[in-house]
Amino acid sequence: MNSPLDDTQLGSCVHCGLCLDACPTYLETGNEAASPRGRIHLMRALADRRLSAYAPVRNHLDSCLGCRACEAACPSGVPYGALIEATRPLLEAARPAPARFTRRTLGRLLSSRTPRELGWAVVGRAAGRGFVDRLARRTGSLALARLAALDPGPRPRLPDVFEPPGEVRGSAILLTGCVSDTAFRATTRYAGRLLALGGIRVTVPNHQGCCGALALHLGDDRAAEHHLAALLSATAGPHADWIVPMAAGCSAHLRHAGRHLPDNASAESFARRVIDPLALLAQLSLPAPRHSVVARVAVHDPCHLVHAQGVAAEVRRLLSTIPGVTLVPLSESEVCCGSAGTYNLTEGALARRLLARKLSHVAASGATIIAAPNPGCLLQIRSGAIRDDLPVEVVHPLELLGRAHGI
Amino acid sequence: MTASNLARALRAIVGDDGVLDGDEALLVYECDGYVLERGTPELVVLPRTPEEAARVVRLLAARQIAFVPRGAGTGLSGGTLPLDAPVMIGLSRLKAIETIDVRNRRVQVQAGVVNLNVSRAVKDDGLLYAPDPSSQAACTIGGNIAENSGGPHTLKYGVTVNHVLGVEIVLASGKVVQLGGATEDLPGYDLVGAAVGSEGTFGLITRATLRLVRAPQAFRTLLAVFARVDDASAAVSAIIAAGLVPAALEMMDTLILQAVEQAFGAGLPLDAGAVLLIELDGPEAGLDDEAALVETLCRRCASREVRRAASEAERALLWKCRKRAFGAVGRLARNYCTQDGVVPRTQLPEILRRITRTAERHRLRIGNVFHAGDGNIHPIILFDERDNDEVQRVLAAGREILEACVALGGSLSGEHGIGVEKIAQMPLLFAPDDLDAMLRLRRVFDPDQRANPHKVLPDSKSCIETRTPRRQAAM
Repeated sequence: MNSPLDDTQLGSCVHCGLCLDACPTYLETGNEAASPRGRIHLMRALADRRLSAYAPVRNHLDSCLGCRACEAACPSGVPYGALIEATRPLLEAARPAPARFTRRTLGRLLSSRTPRELGWAVVGRAAGRGFVDRLARRTGSLALARLAALDPGPRPRLPDVFEPPGEVRGSAILLTGCVSDTAFRATTRYAGRLLALGGIRVTVPNHQGCCGALALHLGDDRAAEHHLAALLSATAGPHADWIVPMAAGCSAHLRHAGRHLPDNASAESFARRVIDPLALLAQLSLPAPRHSVVARVAVHDPCHLVHAQGVAAEVRRLLSTIPGVTLVPLSESEVCCGSAGTYNLTEGALARRLLARKLSHVAASGATIIAAPNPGCLLQIRSGAIRDDLPVEVVHPLELLGRAHGI
Repeated sequence: MTASNLARALRAIVGDDGVLDGDEALLVYECDGYVLERGTPELVVLPRTPEEAARVVRLLAARQIAFVPRGAGTGLSGGTLPLDAPVMIGLSRLKAIETIDVRNRRVQVQAGVVNLNVSRAVKDDGLLYAPDPSSQAACTIGGNIAENSGGPHTLKYGVTVNHVLGVEIVLASGKVVQLGGATEDLPGYDLVGAAVGSEGTFGLITRATLRLVRAPQAFRTLLAVFARVDDASAAVSAIIAAGLVPAALEMMDTLILQAVEQAFGAGLPLDAGAVLLIELDGPEAGLDDEAALVETLCRRCASREVRRAASEAERALLWKCRKRAFGAVGRLARNYCTQDGVVPRTQLPEILRRITRTAERHRLRIGNVFHAGDGNIHPIILFDERDNDEVQRVLAAGREILEACVALGGSLSGEHGIGVEKIAQMPLLFAPDDLDAMLRLRRVFDPDQRANPHKVLPDSKSCIETRTPRRQAAM
């Protein structure tokens, strides 16, 4: 892992403030300490020992979504994502043991297959059911709405390989992710089928496990290293041209695999091959979609797709190939919806404010479909739309493309 | 009254999360975009509405407590540094655009509205708020008014004062006054003109009525490349002399080109001595002729290449380079300090030569990126705050450059304000009688000087030598 709080990286902030209005938590609070510049100021104070990581300091840094919108806005090239990642383990160390234990357990539960599947065995029965939907609306409960927003069972089985119907133009390994594999497997299947349609031979390794992004977000850098190393060995089989994670948070994390595991010989070459499924699809020549989807579609830009990987135009270009689709703008499409990995669980209050902000823009857009190209955002925005009874469908663009291609 | 009592009383007005008093919360307010001097307030208050802001000021007035206003903290002259002002009033939550009057082309906004958001709100109506400081994506209208901010496009459109029709100010007494208003050209004294650029010393600006202009139909954006700064300066004069009024006429020198090219990869020439970024706007008809004339004039002044932005995306990229140039300098050095002097346009080559000499004398790197069209220079001095000797040389070089500007018939500040940074140089520009007249004007609005004390006008306390000698380098 990178050495904590690199002085040169911290010093690259010149305090110009151009990041402020890009930061969702500053937009909501107007508090400098909840802005990227303010947080860097705090990190610097931690590094210089002007402050220790006591509770209010931790709160300001915990309230960072890790969305990296500030990085895109920063003219000085401050590697904010790397700085906050390096800071989080320091915060964990200073946290009272019960809170630390809860966070660690949360990370482990979500990133391990068995507890996830056990959980699904219970909640899966209610997932996506109409009565949950109605109950969520009546009670205004976001938790129930989340349940209603999950794909209804039974979940499809994924094949080991998606074979292209025609000429093979390349190969990819599909990383199914944690939450997305449990709750949105149909989307994963669309990804595999669409890539195959574009000539990519897609393999789905067994026992691939978690990529470690979640643990790192929760400040558990050692668990993150462990997960990443395991993933590298699980995918070390036959060479693939691309590594395709289903979640933007995973791909953003894995593109820095070399930095996270500097001693692992294969990490760097692995990192270079990581690409989001939509970004890869945009490079392929797909046949023209056979079916139309008549809708006004607005795209929400997931933080780790637009800010961390610069993928935004690709999504719109792909959707515009679908007959009947009219793209409409969504204000603040690139401002975080509040999902942000486990943020919606650990920082509930601010997450709900960001969701309300997003939903007000959704309602104002006049869109009939919101395309959200990331499972976390999809779940968050869809839950909000269900709870507030918005007349809008929230779907993954891969699903829209899948429907249009009739696969 | 103890600090905790005050905090309690303020919380009753602005809510629990609107008063910040923890060490960590205050620390981040210790400086704005000017980092050479620092100081934390005892309390930060974040009112949610102009009315709450007025109640806060009334409470402070009843207790004779001084305050310092702050918008987004992007200022470059230390205007928000608390000097004898225990309370900082942050206006970041006053973000409502209250009314948009498209037909009369005006808008009423709260002070914390971000500059760019005004233009965004009226874009679909084909309108624009013209002043466009480089920090416009973050800086607030209240701060713009306090500093009378400029921006690249002020050459043609004028600075903030030309676009503010009215302001609402909460005087230090707590009284709310409206200066100007929606009507153009009110008779009587131009008090709005006096308030714009008052740097928070008249009181707290909470609302403003702004003038909007029609967004230009078309643009031509050119980049002229020169081997020497002198040639670029000559081209600036030639363009103005030919009767053209470009919307913007900006210069960047080698050092700045290196920084922005590293940051944005726009394909700028790294071997050039200087480039001019020239923008012509207006009705489509005739623009190509003007652009051709600019190109001819530049070539006559030894420009080796003149490029034209072929698309809106190319234009946006060029402007991104220019507008984010200050921040991009962070790639070349740990810290920078931006000067904001003004010289008559014809003196540009001379002031640039003097800046070069100053840089050599003090062993400093200085880059130049500035509004060449109106002679508003922005030498950017690079340094490392951890090197105290270098910091002292930066301060000395800054003073020297400003003195040179005044000696060449110019001024101390084009758009960044005086703040604390340039206060000691005010007597270079103004005679004691002038300063006294300004002080008396200030006292009309704020007799006890409790609104942003020790700013703009030098007094015994504001002199840099008597202020806390800088502050441990570590930030």
